Amino acid sequence: MGSTNSTLSKIPNVEELMQETGFTPAHIVRLYDRFEALDKEKTGHLRPQDFGAINRLAMNPIGDRIIGAFFSPGQETVDFHSFVRILAHFRPADKKRPKDPSMPEPVNSRTSKLKFAFQLYDQDKDGKISRAELLQVLRSMLEMQVTEEQLESIADRTIQEADLDKDDAISFEEFRKSLEKVNIDHKMSIRFLR
Amino acid sequence: MEDLWSIAVVLLQVWFSVMIGFIMIPAMFGLSLGVTSVYIQILVKILEVTVRKLDEKGGSMEQEMGELRRYRTQSISRGEFALSDSFYFYIKGLESIVDDQVTQRFSSEELVSWNLLTRTNHNFHYISLRLTIIWGLGVIIRYCVLFPLRITLAIIGLTWLVIGTTLVGFLPNNRLKNWLSELVHLMCYRICARGLSATIQYHNKLNKPQKGGICVANHTSPIDIVILANDGCYAMVGQSHGGLMGVIQRSMVRSCPHVWFERSEMRDRNAVTSRLRAHVAAKTNLPILIFPEGTCINNTSVMMFKKGSFEIGGTIYPVAIKYDPRFGDAFWNSAKYNMVNYLLRMMTSWAIVVNVWYLPPMTRRVGEDAAQFANRVKSAIAHQGGLLDMAWDGSLKRAKVKEEFKEQQQKMYSSMVMGKKGRNSQEPHTESTRRQ
Repeated sequence: MGSTNSTLSKIPNVEELMQETGFTPAHIVRLYDRFEALDKEKTGHLRPQDFGAINRLAMNPIGDRIIGAFFSPGQETVDFHSFVRILAHFRPADKKRPKDPSMPEPVNSRTSKLKFAFQLYDQDKDGKISRAELLQVLRSMLEMQVTEEQLESIADRTIQEADLDKDDAISFEEFRKSLEKVNIDHKMSIRFLR
Repeated sequence: MEDLWSIAVVLLQVWFSVMIGFIMIPAMFGLSLGVTSVYIQILVKILEVTVRKLDEKGGSMEQEMGELRRYRTQSISRGEFALSDSFYFYIKGLESIVDDQVTQRFSSEELVSWNLLTRTNHNFHYISLRLTIIWGLGVIIRYCVLFPLRITLAIIGLTWLVIGTTLVGFLPNNRLKNWLSELVHLMCYRICARGLSATIQYHNKLNKPQKGGICVANHTSPIDIVILANDGCYAMVGQSHGGLMGVIQRSMVRSCPHVWFERSEMRDRNAVTSRLRAHVAAKTNLPILIFPEGTCINNTSVMMFKKGSFEIGGTIYPVAIKYDPRFGDAFWNSAKYNMVNYLLRMMTSWAIVVNVWYLPPMTRRVGEDAAQFANRVKSAIAHQGGLLDMAWDGSLKRAKVKEEFKEQQQKMYSSMVMGKKGRNSQEPHTESTRRQ
């Protein structure tokens, strides 16, 4: 595994990365080891197939979408920095950080997490979750277990409840409002180290 | 000084009498005082009670979804979709990207609770004082109490094996000799099994391998031999070694025929097959024990069977062996650990709990070649033991299994969303107006 310092020195611009994401050196090292383990061909980049090799992920009904979240449109590989930046969204919130309105929104704030979750649904990135997009997610999670009619009625009901301006789509604000009571920080965080 | 010495002697005497009285003699006659089963039950209780805490990584799908949906007024049983439902899958997926603890074992094999052996918890962290104390106690018990006991038993068992078989070897070849030889073998293997705190459950004993047959089993560790030989006598097949193993091998051959090959002979497939064939043909010889995988596998799947064993002819008696992973990982990773290291690990585990299933005998069908026959036997064993049957095209099978697991998750989720309603329901949906 190597000592923390020796691993850190292998990563370019690691100081900047830590500043930006708020990860500690220990976190970075752990993620780097994991990145290297996934990067079986040692190219320094990960491709969708490398993610696909993770058993647990392949079994996940929305596994493909999660993998897609790592790759910006048009990109076929993801390097370590991007890998870390994306995972940084799911870092538990820093309880001690003072709420300073002049500082930019930290990457793991409640809003950032919600934005990320929103993008899971909104694949074409037009800022709204259309009925079709919602149906797609539902289909992935339920596949053969329900009929098409049942899927459609679930989608209808969901939009009906959340859609406040009645444009038959869910915007980010409507999304945020409908989830305002959910403890996002708790539910959308990963404990990177115990 | 004198006192100390006499105390030591007394202790030693007590030690030996306990050993002989309570362990060896019942073992030799195949009886059990029930101590091991009580021990196992206590162990299971302790593990359940103290270690559940470790799995704080989140509850079941229902629990997690329930928490996510708590802000809604309806309860889960009514069936509903919530936008937050996908968070559950999202986080699970991300967690697996960050840290995939599943090696080759699928979810059924993952230890839900830690069994207090450091070697099975790859992420050993300081969790709580209480747990660490219990773990420490466990270490002391395992290394200072169980281990010396087991080592003594193992040594006695093996010594007795060598002496006993040599003695029996002096007798002329007759029925008495065979009977005595079986007795000696059984006794020694039973003592060795006690030496590992092994609890073995045999199923379908009427399918036990008969003389002149070939016994075929999946291979997880060298202990498999001890496990199987506790319930019957087999002719062993293998390479002749030097050293201690060699001594044991040579003395075993004296009392009843086993098949030991020199290293040079092993390369000649024909020589091997003809020797085995000759052994099987003599109907009075004990059934030979073969592990067609050729190497130790980690007891969650069955690898390809080498077809050589299936070309010999004769009746094949398949046997499935499954270890209970809660008490110790019996798999011998020969690349990582050598034999001595491995045996030490075995002797400092809690116990070895095994299930052995005897399957009905199989013979090669007309028109079936050895490879197909091997495959058929392998499927039977895998099916019985609840192991994964790795097909010829290993990757294909794996993809199929993943689909099944994905479906499983979808099923679980759909029962939450649809309530009791599912694909076949005709119930109309009630469109009531609800206030958020």
